Amino acid sequence: MKKPKVTGKKILITGNEVIGEAAIRAGCRFYAGYPITPQNELTAYMAKRMFEEKGVFIQAESELSAINMVFGASATGFRAMTTSSSPGISLKQEGISYLAGCELPCVIVNVMRGGPGLGNIAPSQSDYFQATKGGGHGDYHLIVLAPSSVQEVFNLTISSFDLADKYRNPVIVLLDAFLGQMAEPIEIRNSKFEIRNYKKKWALTGAKNRKPNIIRSLFLKEGALEEHNFKLQKKYNQIEENEKSYQLIDTDDAQIIFVAYGISFRIAKEAAKILSPDIRAGIFRPITLWPYPYQALKNICKGKKAIFVFELCLGQMLEDVKLALEGCSPIYFYGRPGGGVFTEGQLVNFVKKTLRMV
Amino acid sequence: MSIAKPRLRIKFKKPNSLRCVDTHYCSGCGHGIVHRLIAEVVDELHIREKTVGIAPVGCAVTAYDYWDFDVSEAAHGRALACATGIKRCRPDLVVFTYQGDGDLAAIGTAETLHSANRKEILTCIFINNACYGMTGGQMAPTTLIGQKTATTPWGRDPQRGEGYPLKISEILAGLAGVVYAERTTVCSPQDVIKTKKAIREAFLNQIEKRGFSIVEVLSQCPTIWRMSPQEAVQWVKEEMVKEFPLGRIK
Repeated sequence: MKKPKVTGKKILITGNEVIGEAAIRAGCRFYAGYPITPQNELTAYMAKRMFEEKGVFIQAESELSAINMVFGASATGFRAMTTSSSPGISLKQEGISYLAGCELPCVIVNVMRGGPGLGNIAPSQSDYFQATKGGGHGDYHLIVLAPSSVQEVFNLTISSFDLADKYRNPVIVLLDAFLGQMAEPIEIRNSKFEIRNYKKKWALTGAKNRKPNIIRSLFLKEGALEEHNFKLQKKYNQIEENEKSYQLIDTDDAQIIFVAYGISFRIAKEAAKILSPDIRAGIFRPITLWPYPYQALKNICKGKKAIFVFELCLGQMLEDVKLALEGCSPIYFYGRPGGGVFTEGQLVNFVKKTLRMV
Repeated sequence: MSIAKPRLRIKFKKPNSLRCVDTHYCSGCGHGIVHRLIAEVVDELHIREKTVGIAPVGCAVTAYDYWDFDVSEAAHGRALACATGIKRCRPDLVVFTYQGDGDLAAIGTAETLHSANRKEILTCIFINNACYGMTGGQMAPTTLIGQKTATTPWGRDPQRGEGYPLKISEILAGLAGVVYAERTTVCSPQDVIKTKKAIREAFLNQIEKRGFSIVEVLSQCPTIWRMSPQEAVQWVKEEMVKEFPLGRIK
């Protein structure tokens, strides 16, 4: 486990490790985690790097404890992160709901594996609902970022800390075991990242020359919680307005559109190459899964012959695609659950077979 | 005619760390006393400007309405995890948790045990009233054998699988990370003074970075126990103390 050199040259690094490096470079100085495959390299990386950076690393006794330690760290204004994989993220949901309710910024990384239950340790995208539609209790949203390459894991992990601070909201970086374990050459930008200093007047720093600060999500007085929820909603609306992000590949003159994120996008991209030039497939890749770029997707898909959704699960993002398209275009789904990863050949066959029937 | 100015001196006043509001606690409840003792200690140690409290889930969930320093809520049982996060980031702050028996010894047992075992430099004020007060008086891990609660209507019976009173302070005292564990009550003026001394020592241990301290206060809950405040005090003195002996454990 070598520390990547800061040269501007390309280095070879795994997705898991690069999350750690990106977090450190984004100014994260608190990490609490609990061992779980397939993200163990990340915890080990943080143990070493936090020590070097004089930050805090804690191997917690449970996922519950880890997320609540992050809660405490965030309450002091520190940039804090916890990471895990699917079953561990389920355990963190209590804390995530509290963080959202208390408006505490932090970054949570989910290196998804097969489920439900203990499932397996193979790549999966079956926590889409959990990440984008809640998971914890209450009326809240998390910002959900879905990188599709190790380079993007690095870039998005850095932005996630800014987004968290900007909106005082937890951010999830959602990747799969494939991206976590995969090593790719990436460019670690040499110049120091502009770490924006957000003034955290709300942080618990001791009530010196100011009124005491209170971190709370409890509002017992009649109407107070409703008011709090409306306030949160206003923030969520703002995020929806400002932060939607997506990538388009050859969508303009495409006959059909593929919709995929994360590792599925990489496979879909290869499938599109194979299909070309007989079938011109464009790709729509959401980068933010919440807020989901509904309108952009609808505009892209207008007048296309068919829309294909590919996921490593049995159709979770599919529901958002259906919502976006409002029945305007025919949608076909291909997915493999439980840690199965489709090949570009499988996608090509599915597309050809489907188009013959259309 | 001139009146001689009376020479008055203030002998007793509200601590600065306590807000000037009425509490929501029932008559005879121990919470108000312990809240005040903490505020007095914070004042006397001149640490109000660097104190962070963690309010529990339970009757004292809104403790931040009463203390006049920085306070965070924590999910049920997670107070010590939250406190760990705060203290590790800001070792210069004085961080304490205020937790009930359900919070500390049932849903939060793992957090309690492991933060103590990691020797977190924290102060834990543990209110043991042998029941879940806020939710209407269910059995707590500290409920006495034979004690009737909403969920042990015939009295807690280990033969029925309801377990034995959990002596969490004794368990913690066995850990290397714990430097101080004491059990007190707030049943009489003398006991209140002893409790204050214990709280003061627990805070001093933190300030001097000695390790993890816990003060367990046996506290009366007349409403749930269906007793008058006087009877409740008597019950602590006669029944609770038998199961949970007072004094310094470590």
